Amino acid sequence: MLNSRFDRLCSGARNWVVAGMLVLVAGCASTGNPQDPLEGYNRAMFSFNEGVDKAVIRPAAQAYEAVLPSPVRTGIGNVFGNLGDPWIAMNNLLQGKVADAISDVMRFLVNTTLGFAGILDIASEAGLPKHDEDFGQTLGAWGVGEGAYVVLPFFGPRTLRDAAALPFDMLEDNVWSIQHVPTRNTLTAVRLTHTRSRLLGLDKTLNEATLDKYRYVRDFYLEQRRYKVFDGNPPRVYEDFNGDEAHRMPVGESLDVLARVAVEELELLGVGELVMLGRSPDGMN
Amino acid sequence: MQRVLSCFFALFLGLVPLASADVEVKAPDVLVRDVTNEVLEIVRKDRAIQAGDTQRVFGLVQDKVLPHFNFRRMTMLAVGRDWRNATPEQQGRLVDAFQTLLVRTYSNALTQYRDQVIEFRPVRQTAADTTVQVRTEVRQSGAQPIGIDYTLEKTEKGWKVFDVVVAGVSLVTNYRGSFGDEIRAGGIDGLIRSLEEKNRSLETPQGAK
Repeated sequence: MLNSRFDRLCSGARNWVVAGMLVLVAGCASTGNPQDPLEGYNRAMFSFNEGVDKAVIRPAAQAYEAVLPSPVRTGIGNVFGNLGDPWIAMNNLLQGKVADAISDVMRFLVNTTLGFAGILDIASEAGLPKHDEDFGQTLGAWGVGEGAYVVLPFFGPRTLRDAAALPFDMLEDNVWSIQHVPTRNTLTAVRLTHTRSRLLGLDKTLNEATLDKYRYVRDFYLEQRRYKVFDGNPPRVYEDFNGDEAHRMPVGESLDVLARVAVEELELLGVGELVMLGRSPDGMN
Repeated sequence: MQRVLSCFFALFLGLVPLASADVEVKAPDVLVRDVTNEVLEIVRKDRAIQAGDTQRVFGLVQDKVLPHFNFRRMTMLAVGRDWRNATPEQQGRLVDAFQTLLVRTYSNALTQYRDQVIEFRPVRQTAADTTVQVRTEVRQSGAQPIGIDYTLEKTEKGWKVFDVVVAGVSLVTNYRGSFGDEIRAGGIDGLIRSLEEKNRSLETPQGAK
């Protein structure tokens, strides 16, 4: 069991190395945003993913939503959510959040038994809230930097760090670890369809609210990952772009301005002296 | 002055002593809760809105939600540094266009609402605060709750929302990157043009339907 998992990780890792090299090659076509040096490749992959979504995943999700009544879908989502809780517990533990980890284990036990294999999410109602953790967040909590933004085929937006963490998430994933391949594939497809169906409402908003969907999704993803890694509200600074510039400028910038003004004044003084001496400033050089 | 006098008068008479003051300046958390509950109550009962009737939901948002937002400040935060370089006329057009865009986004989101439970978290605020964040959570079975936080500022006309943070992402500053791109490419007028074109392109098919 462990061996086969390890094999799968190795072959997964090989694929990731190849993908990584492709990314680096494609990355040469960048347009200069520091967070997104691979923008050329990323935009292409973003369109590819959109194409796959439009052709296959969204129609499946729409059918799924149309056919199954809401309580059934909720039950399906709960089962998958429950299967994910042990790995969430492990990640909380790895990040030193012991209380959260214990809560996740409790969730899993309560929902698996009293919640009929996770169909009912009793734990949430009992005051054990679901958490959102994955190995990428754990790496982030350990201080691993994000790296560049990268859009993976099928998986969508990631940072390099989160892309590197993805094989670990899959390895420990209770659905992907099922040995019986047809069962595994079916469950994975159902989970994907379910997840997508939850996002159907966003499609219109995303298309209508954005000038550049790629950029909006990218900026949203990056900011949200940071939020998740820090488990809460990073303090927000609301700048004021109205009114008197000099007073509103950041310290560094106002120092620059002061220095520039000082230099200009010195030059003016110099020029003044030279004029008084009856020489042109050019004559000095 | 008259308002002060009448308040004073009411106080003096002991007639609804605090009610009128409450209407004048509702506490930010109370304001958010009241508006949210009122709007969701309407959406819950309105089948047309649930079916996606945009005109209807636009009207609702216009009446109930818009008065509590400061779109000028929102636009300024979305545009960022380049706001200073915009003329008052350009700023006005930016505010109008961005407001239209945001109202549509918000209205669309409302048509998706069914019966998720919204919880209001306690606000930490002192009397001197002029900026307050009101945090709410949308509960959903089997998934982590989604946070929706409203940042409000104190103005003469009561508390006004100037930022909405969904799942940790500011819906306002998230625009800054793409707005910056537009401005670099075509100046402030370029951004105005893009926003107005976007708004127009979304109006026509809806009108045709």
